Amino acid sequence: MFGLDKVDTRTFLFVVAITLLAPFILNPFPSESALAQFNAGYPDLMQRFVIFGIFAIGFNILFGLTGYLSFGHAAFLGVGSYAAVWMFKLLSFNIVPAIALSIIVAGLFSLVIGYICLRRSGIYFSILTLAFAQMSFAMAYSVLSNPSFNLTNGETGLQVYASDPQYLKGNGPDNTHLFGLEMNSTATLEIGAWAFQFNIGFYVCAAFMIAAFYIAMRIFRSPFGLMLRAIKTNQTRLNYTGLNSRPYMLAAFVISGMYAGLAGGLLAATDPLAGAERMQWTASGEVVLMTILGGAGTLLGPVLGAAFIKYFENIFSKINDTVLHTWFSFMPESIENFLVAIIYPFVGKGWHLTLGLMFMLIVIFLPGGLVDGGMRIWNRITGKNRTQADPVADPKPAE
Amino acid sequence: MGILEIKDINKRFGGLQALGDVNLSVEEGTVHAIIGPNGAGKSTLLNVLVGKLEPDTGSVTFEGRSILGLKPHQINQLGISRVFQTPEIFSTLSVFENVMIACFAKRDGAFQLNPLASISNEKDIHEKVEQMLLDVNMADKRNDIAASMSRGDKRRLEMAMCLAQDPKLLLLDEPTAGMARADTNNTIELLKEIEEKRGITMVIIEHDMHVVFSLANKITVLAQGTPIVEDVPSKIKGNPKVQEAYLGGAHE
Repeated sequence: MFGLDKVDTRTFLFVVAITLLAPFILNPFPSESALAQFNAGYPDLMQRFVIFGIFAIGFNILFGLTGYLSFGHAAFLGVGSYAAVWMFKLLSFNIVPAIALSIIVAGLFSLVIGYICLRRSGIYFSILTLAFAQMSFAMAYSVLSNPSFNLTNGETGLQVYASDPQYLKGNGPDNTHLFGLEMNSTATLEIGAWAFQFNIGFYVCAAFMIAAFYIAMRIFRSPFGLMLRAIKTNQTRLNYTGLNSRPYMLAAFVISGMYAGLAGGLLAATDPLAGAERMQWTASGEVVLMTILGGAGTLLGPVLGAAFIKYFENIFSKINDTVLHTWFSFMPESIENFLVAIIYPFVGKGWHLTLGLMFMLIVIFLPGGLVDGGMRIWNRITGKNRTQADPVADPKPAE
Repeated sequence: MGILEIKDINKRFGGLQALGDVNLSVEEGTVHAIIGPNGAGKSTLLNVLVGKLEPDTGSVTFEGRSILGLKPHQINQLGISRVFQTPEIFSTLSVFENVMIACFAKRDGAFQLNPLASISNEKDIHEKVEQMLLDVNMADKRNDIAASMSRGDKRRLEMAMCLAQDPKLLLLDEPTAGMARADTNNTIELLKEIEEKRGITMVIIEHDMHVVFSLANKITVLAQGTPIVEDVPSKIKGNPKVQEAYLGGAHE
């Protein structure tokens, strides 16, 4: 189906199902229970899951397939956000032109940066992309924000003001919308003690992520994708086999830049604001973490990694010492205080510490990331011996 | 006029004259071996032929067309394939995928932007890969990851990749270096078969005299960057100049 083979169709339908049912799956605990704080089924976080999922899927096309580690992909995300907000300012709050422009601008931006950075490989490529991203950050933060020419609105961030022209707005909504469907409108379904939230913004982003995942899947199974994997393995042989690796690399770079632009556009579409901090190197590093954590070079890995990190960022960081004390209040006070003192550094503001430890454990014991781990467990259960999570390009002949 | 014409090639690395006035003509349909003691300039000459090095002076023409200054992939697209001293293959990919890449390169050229095409629809490519694997006796290893194979199999795979491109000229850089005797003999058999069945012109750079005399129709002996003798194999053995070059006489 859809030009995919059986296994891929199954994977694809699985992703579609999980994404569409996310409001249920991410909301397993009743709203009033003590565990409700572990629920992730609220619109803001679910949107982040799918948007950063798109970002990581795109990054994986470059890093997972070709092995070229870009440390500046947040620049394309930021550029996408700025482009989208400008469309809101100039046209209207309809997200379609905004997202279209953010993909185009990020594509052009990555074409230029990729053309220059791909003259080098390995660590030098990474450093070049990092340098470009930091330059973009500096430009957005200060250079392109002065009274005579204000493109980015500096540290305040670019946002839509009542005085903005919005030429096509007419009587349209005052908030981002898809042809009238407001992104922030949410329907709540209450079943017993549970409250499930269905948000337009989430489903719009989810539709984009499903499309993004589908395209990535096709790329993985295409001759083009095969060449990208060949670049990772042995560029010398590729060149002596009559293939020019440069345009292949550039195409991969631009495609992944456009994915980042789409993610940036969607971030602006759910919240019409673009700030320079989106381009900072920590944001570039985050997508690297997501991809490696989930499993670089696998189809599902980046999405899993993105969800994993965003979950930690939003859920673990909310656990403070008051919450911990309520958890352990059934114990004698001395033990309670002792346990809280031990756990406290790893939650709340210290969630990075937990993330760092988990990242180390995964890189050391599961080099293939979460997907690898899942596969191992699955093999244990079924007793099968499949070594690869993604039998990329099944080398069976076409029947 | 040969298929490959090398005229007055000079190449210096600092104070070292790696190649001095090399003139060589490779006739179409022959197996031309280039031999010589260590440091004679054999590998430098090969690197000039594949576009890895640019000579200081001289010209290299392939089918009447200059190939100097062309990039390796451009030279390959003209019909010159290279087999490396240590087999260069896509070690993390399967045998089938390795050969498939070569088939795509032959059919689609140096670059093709087809990210939404599906590999499983490429029936003609699949058929060709099957055929190539049969030709080199590797059909049973099609799903093996290339890195897991023996040296001899890697060589076979590399050869299959080169042959999949139907090259007009095959350059072999010490194709049996570091191989066990059995693997060496297999490689010789394979090369003989290729020569008989396909009539591909080959240039072999080789240390192993057994390999050279089993395969070559013509031998050029290189010493200190210059060809000293060019002749048929039967006349090379007894040539005093060759013996001098190999026994170190030339250094005096």
